[in-house]
Amino acid sequence: MTGLLETERLTRRYGSLVALDEVSLSVAAGARHAVIGPNGAGKSTLFALVTGSLRPTAGRIRFDGQDVTGRPDHARARAGMAKTFQHSSLFTSLPVLDNVALATRRAAGLGMAMVRPAGRHAAVREAAMRQLELVGLAGRAAVPAAALSHGERRQLEVAIALATSPKLLLLDEPTAGMSAADSARFAELVESLGAAVTVLIIEHDLDVVFRLATRVTVLHLGRVLADGTPDEVRADETVQRAYLGDAALDDLFFGGTR
Amino acid sequence: MPAWLSDNLITIVDGVAFGVLLFTIAVGLSLVFGIMDVLNLAHGALYLVGAYVAVRFARGGQAGIGAFLLAGLAAVAVGAAAGAGLAVLTRPLARRGHLDQALLTLGVALIIGDLLSARFGNDVQSVPPPAFLAGSVSLVGHDYPSYRLAVIIAGLALAVLVWLLVERSRAGALVRATVADAPMVRALGVDTGRLVVAVFAFGVVLACLGGVLGAPVLGAYPGLDERVLILGLVVVVLGGLGSVSGAFLGALVIGQVEVLGVSLLPQYASFLVFGTMAVVLLLRPTGMLGRAGKPG
Amino acid sequence: MSTATEAPAAAARPATARAAGAVLVLLALVPLLVSSNVADMLTRVLAFALLAIGLDLLAGVAGLPSLGQAAPFGVGAYAAALLGKHVTTVGPVQLVAAAAAGAALAAAVGWLLVRSRGTYFLMLTLAVGEIVHELADRWEGVTGGTNGLAGVPAITLYPGGPPVRLAGVLYWYVLAAVLVCAGLLWMVSRSAFGQTLRGIRDNEERMRSLGYRTFPPKYAVFCIAGAAAGAAGSLWVAQSRFVSPADLGFEVSAMALLAVVIGGRGSLWGAALGAAVVVLVREELSPQLGGRGPLVLGLVFVAAVYLLPRGFAGMRIHRPRGEA
Repeated sequence: MTGLLETERLTRRYGSLVALDEVSLSVAAGARHAVIGPNGAGKSTLFALVTGSLRPTAGRIRFDGQDVTGRPDHARARAGMAKTFQHSSLFTSLPVLDNVALATRRAAGLGMAMVRPAGRHAAVREAAMRQLELVGLAGRAAVPAAALSHGERRQLEVAIALATSPKLLLLDEPTAGMSAADSARFAELVESLGAAVTVLIIEHDLDVVFRLATRVTVLHLGRVLADGTPDEVRADETVQRAYLGDAALDDLFFGGTR
Repeated sequence: MPAWLSDNLITIVDGVAFGVLLFTIAVGLSLVFGIMDVLNLAHGALYLVGAYVAVRFARGGQAGIGAFLLAGLAAVAVGAAAGAGLAVLTRPLARRGHLDQALLTLGVALIIGDLLSARFGNDVQSVPPPAFLAGSVSLVGHDYPSYRLAVIIAGLALAVLVWLLVERSRAGALVRATVADAPMVRALGVDTGRLVVAVFAFGVVLACLGGVLGAPVLGAYPGLDERVLILGLVVVVLGGLGSVSGAFLGALVIGQVEVLGVSLLPQYASFLVFGTMAVVLLLRPTGMLGRAGKPG
Repeated sequence: MSTATEAPAAAARPATARAAGAVLVLLALVPLLVSSNVADMLTRVLAFALLAIGLDLLAGVAGLPSLGQAAPFGVGAYAAALLGKHVTTVGPVQLVAAAAAGAALAAAVGWLLVRSRGTYFLMLTLAVGEIVHELADRWEGVTGGTNGLAGVPAITLYPGGPPVRLAGVLYWYVLAAVLVCAGLLWMVSRSAFGQTLRGIRDNEERMRSLGYRTFPPKYAVFCIAGAAAGAAGSLWVAQSRFVSPADLGFEVSAMALLAVVIGGRGSLWGAALGAAVVVLVREELSPQLGGRGPLVLGLVFVAAVYLLPRGFAGMRIHRPRGEA
């Protein structure tokens, strides 16, 4: 059974530094798949390779049955990938509604329309408002994105990503800097997406991971350390050592590729 | 040697001289951009300041080498002050983005250009080379101006000096570290603010010195600042922003293309310069020796 | 603050519409109120304003700061002059041809230039501007070299019509042309495409992650700005009846950018205001300041950059730090 997203021995080298080493993983359609691991494990690199902002040194990526390894980032986005950025990546001079409208407008194929005023495309506008309601920002539609609080920015970040109706949503440390209440609310939002949106999430907050994830992959020093259900991973000794015990210390001070 | 070589050797040597002069202009621009991400559009105007300094000191016909050395010292002083001043002026705009800073230097360029025009008039001023370099030297049967050979020597010496400073000195290491990761350098206790001012001053000093060095070759007149700025930019784009060896390579290439072009195909000289730049950028978008990931 | 995506009825404010209407009426009445010398100068202001508005769309809305708009401007001016001397004196025909010439130049170099960003883009446009300037200088057969092309005949408003010699009538023609062209630019700015440009300006990487190809919009706006500049060039020549390489110089590009900076980025009408300031200072005030117009403009430039509340905002030049 093939997953919605499959990577096959994905590798990224920077000279002699190996950021990602032959990582093969499979994300099933409808799954909520978490990628965890200590800092420097290669999680963000994996995301960059999957979305296309970085080119792999070796390996292949298959999405929705097609080989997308050679395709540029915008093509992969059109194929159904959406991502949120670790540090909120918004259109700061534009109001909140316009931020989301950029996404819904692309989904409607109207990005190059030069004649009618942007506001005349009612479908675009309404779709954008619906996304804002979903994340709870409907009341802030006319506020410039730059004026939002940190938590609101993260909400907008997700709204923009969801507005393209993606098949695969990649969340890069979405709850970083969030309070416990905000994190819980965020987890609820992800749960509400249902099986229509497959989620691949990088997270450090293990509470969120074990609440949301249907499958967990652990990365360490660029390699897959473990891959299985949350319970399997939690019980895995090598994982425990990587997070807590000697193995991690050894690698930090005496070897590894740090 | 083959006839075409000896015929064109003079032009080629001229190309090297011009290229070396271009290097002194371009390297300052490249360094300032490398460390501050600021494109100093006043760079050409500051070259012109140096040229007019030479005009001032070499007035009255055959000036001695002493006058030129004094002009050089004056250029260093003026350049250091102007560079530090520019660094201070652009600092408050840093949080608003590098374009604002570049625009500020553009305004300063207009101001300096007009002040020079008011002080020295609009005529082309020529500067005779120092007395003992005023003659010519025999080169493969042709007479070649000794001053231009001196320019090559002085320019090469300067290039070596700058390279040593940037690549081999502690100060240079700090500068390169700041370019790579400024917060880290600050965490080590180094005042990057002062470092930035120092680099800016250094870059501008190089521009002014270039003006003094080049005055007997290019003269001084309103509009020269634009020409110098453009050439400097083309060299820097070719050689990659922030790279000293890139500036050197780019300068030699452009110097050769410009001089040979003017000599062999005067109608198309500009085309050649731009064409060279376009070809290089098509093949290597960050310039010949530029670092990948720089604002391209 | 309203959004561009909201329904237009909600976004339009009666006060702004009234103010705009008043300004238009005033502009139309100018020839009846002032001397022909002043009308001539205001004609030049209008032509230059069109150049600035086009640049504002390129730099202020799309975030592509260009110091080379003098190139399509000059190419348009030369095209109009050459047409006027050898082919036809019909103003609107010259206008269209000049706009096409400006767009063609932009299309030829933009293909390469638009791949670069921020400062690299700025430098490349500067270089292109200078190359075209030098070409105008040297290509004596076509451009008349440094002496330029003099004796450009007065335009006519339609084939077989009388040559326009009254400053007031010329002013009305230029005003009409500028209103039409600026109107088109404004339409583009308000459109979905305009929003795409703003998105690219604010965060090109994010746009790509949303599925936008960013090259076609940037290329398109670069060509549109080239067309606007070319059109402005033809209007300039219609008034001055003379064109020389100086009209292609770096100073023209710098003054256009200054106009945009003074006017505040992206508003388009602000650029027109900035253009008025620039032309007025250079032409009216400069002689009274002992010819030190450029100095004053430099000071105004510096002040404008400092005082603008958000600066030339949105045009941050990022150095990618390897972040995904």
